[in-house]
Amino acid sequence: MAFAAFATTAGPGEEVQRRRSPIALLLLLPGILYLALFFLTPLVSLVLTSLQVPSATGEPGVYDPAFQWENYVTVINDYWPHILRSFGYALIATVLALAFSYPLAYFIGVKARPWPLLQSLMLVLVIAPFFISFLLRTLAWKQLLSDESFVITALKALSVMPPDAHFTGTPVAVIFGLTYNFIPFMTLPLYTTLERLDVRFLEAGSDLYASPLQVFRKVTIPLSMPGIVAGTLLTFIPAAGDYVNASRSFLGGSDTQMMGNVIEANFLVLENYPAAAALSIILMSVILVIVTIYIRRAGTEELL
Amino acid sequence: MSMATGAFAERGADLELVGISKRFPGFTAIESLDLTIPAGSFFALLGPSGCGKTTTLRLVAGLEEPTTGRILIGGKDVTNLKPYQRPVNTVFQSYALFPHMTVLENVAFGLRRRRLADPVGKAHEALRLVELDHLAARKPQQLSGGQQQRVALARALVNRPALLLLDEPLGALDLKLRRQMQLELKTIQEEVGLTFLHVTHDQEEAMTMADTIAVMNKGRIEQMGAPEQLYELPKTAFVANFLGQSNLFTGTVVGTTSTAISVDIAGQKIVVPVGRSHRHSGDVTVGVRPEKLSLHREAPASDPARNVIGPAHVIDVSFSGVSTQYLIAHPTLGTIVVFAQNMAFGPVAHVGEEVWVSWDIEHGFGLADDPADSPRFAADTDTKNIAAQRHAALITELGEA
Repeated sequence: MAFAAFATTAGPGEEVQRRRSPIALLLLLPGILYLALFFLTPLVSLVLTSLQVPSATGEPGVYDPAFQWENYVTVINDYWPHILRSFGYALIATVLALAFSYPLAYFIGVKARPWPLLQSLMLVLVIAPFFISFLLRTLAWKQLLSDESFVITALKALSVMPPDAHFTGTPVAVIFGLTYNFIPFMTLPLYTTLERLDVRFLEAGSDLYASPLQVFRKVTIPLSMPGIVAGTLLTFIPAAGDYVNASRSFLGGSDTQMMGNVIEANFLVLENYPAAAALSIILMSVILVIVTIYIRRAGTEELL
Repeated sequence: MSMATGAFAERGADLELVGISKRFPGFTAIESLDLTIPAGSFFALLGPSGCGKTTTLRLVAGLEEPTTGRILIGGKDVTNLKPYQRPVNTVFQSYALFPHMTVLENVAFGLRRRRLADPVGKAHEALRLVELDHLAARKPQQLSGGQQQRVALARALVNRPALLLLDEPLGALDLKLRRQMQLELKTIQEEVGLTFLHVTHDQEEAMTMADTIAVMNKGRIEQMGAPEQLYELPKTAFVANFLGQSNLFTGTVVGTTSTAISVDIAGQKIVVPVGRSHRHSGDVTVGVRPEKLSLHREAPASDPARNVIGPAHVIDVSFSGVSTQYLIAHPTLGTIVVFAQNMAFGPVAHVGEEVWVSWDIEHGFGLADDPADSPRFAADTDTKNIAAQRHAALITELGEA
């Protein structure tokens, strides 16, 4: 009797574990449908568009389906300065944002630990810019830094800037705008890792003859790598595709156009859809390659 | 740059704390502490949590700055040196092994910072000493608690510091591993000849490992000495009860000879040798260790070499293998604890039985405490005493107001 009781209880238990529940698949379905509809379909459509040829009728803005791989060669030949500029500006802005955000996040997350109120206040200040649209904020900077603005006239009066120089429309202005707009995206992930940083590791480092600078390089930086990786990705990826800061209506000029601007111009003004699509695919692929290499190199698996 | 760079310490160094005090906002962790630890010794700082022992360790390591006083290592004043400039290494309570480095790199960390030759070879050697060289390529989080503890030890020892600080490093280990590590630590200390300063709240650990123990309480050192000395001749009620258990009785000295004092305790006369009592007149607290007591089921014959208390009643018997603990209630002296070795099969006396206890007068001790401050029977488990203490404290407080 007793053995029979054991056997019956063990049997169904095992079966339940082996059988995959249909509810899990059911719950996944909306997500899969969403991805198929709003990610996979546009992606396939984008790839197909990038290979189209101008319509035989010669009508502008109308293209016929084809496999014109030469479109990619053409856009790279036409727009390689914009491609280089995009990744160059994004890289510089990411480095600047990191240099600015790290001390800030370290102060909020580590040094301000005894004062939680100060921590919260500073975090609110970091997030506060999000309360206003970034378009408005970027326009405000354009006003503040235009040739007639107080800042620029003062700098010219002090001979810091030559009298015929401009600020808006220069690469410096675009990189400034990118850095400014993405600083919160850098600061917040850095803060979340530094906030959890165990200062006992820093004490152990200094106990083992490491000077404050060596502790920072050998212990603090490696332990905050997850935050650095997250922050730089959240800054670099959108910055490389940004078309607001570099646009002529905002902080940019004709010499500062980035990939986002030429994609926009090809789609909306020139109606050259295959070129715009090819540029988009190039932008996505390059970012994907860079990010993959970066995450592999950072080696933060066991810290995440 | 500093004394920390350069070669290994040839041998351990003296540690001297002169008039150290440490105040944090709101409380004083250490009150004017003077302490000298001779080179090459295994010194234990023993005390309950919050007694200031870990703060003392952090002051020596340089992780905290003293409010007053000076710290000297090997005769050199290091009070104003940063932690990385001091010839000191710590085995932290949490181990604090760097999670982003392999075991080997953790151990080589200090050597690399000091730019010593062949850091990898020396790190392997240190790992062999703690028998973990085969795990050198692992990350610390892949090791068990005991293995991590040994890596932490290797990481500190590999630097051959003049002074090694151990902050309750065995706290997280289970009993068996703990015993094993205690022996290993002691062996390593004897092999390398360095000065070890070990902080712990475990009296048994302190007694097995250390040559000298300082018992710390409320930011002060209550008593310092060899383990046997502290156990056999405690100076204060705190030491008598923190280091093992004691039966303590308070009374007035009624007779003094050249060799012994006799104390009247609620009508019972107890004799203590002069050399074993810190006080020789007035009120005095005398004590005896539970294992020094003999249990009698009949009134023992009068013997000038023994103190006798009784009759009293057994109220509890608990068997623990090697010994049996008897709790005996005496009508005026309160509860007395007796540890009796299990020479017979089963307990000698049963609950409710009338018994007498006796001990060799050479086994008693007299405390230096002012008996007015300490309860009549210092066992803090006695709720009656706690109530009496609270009452007394309340009366003084009301009197002051």
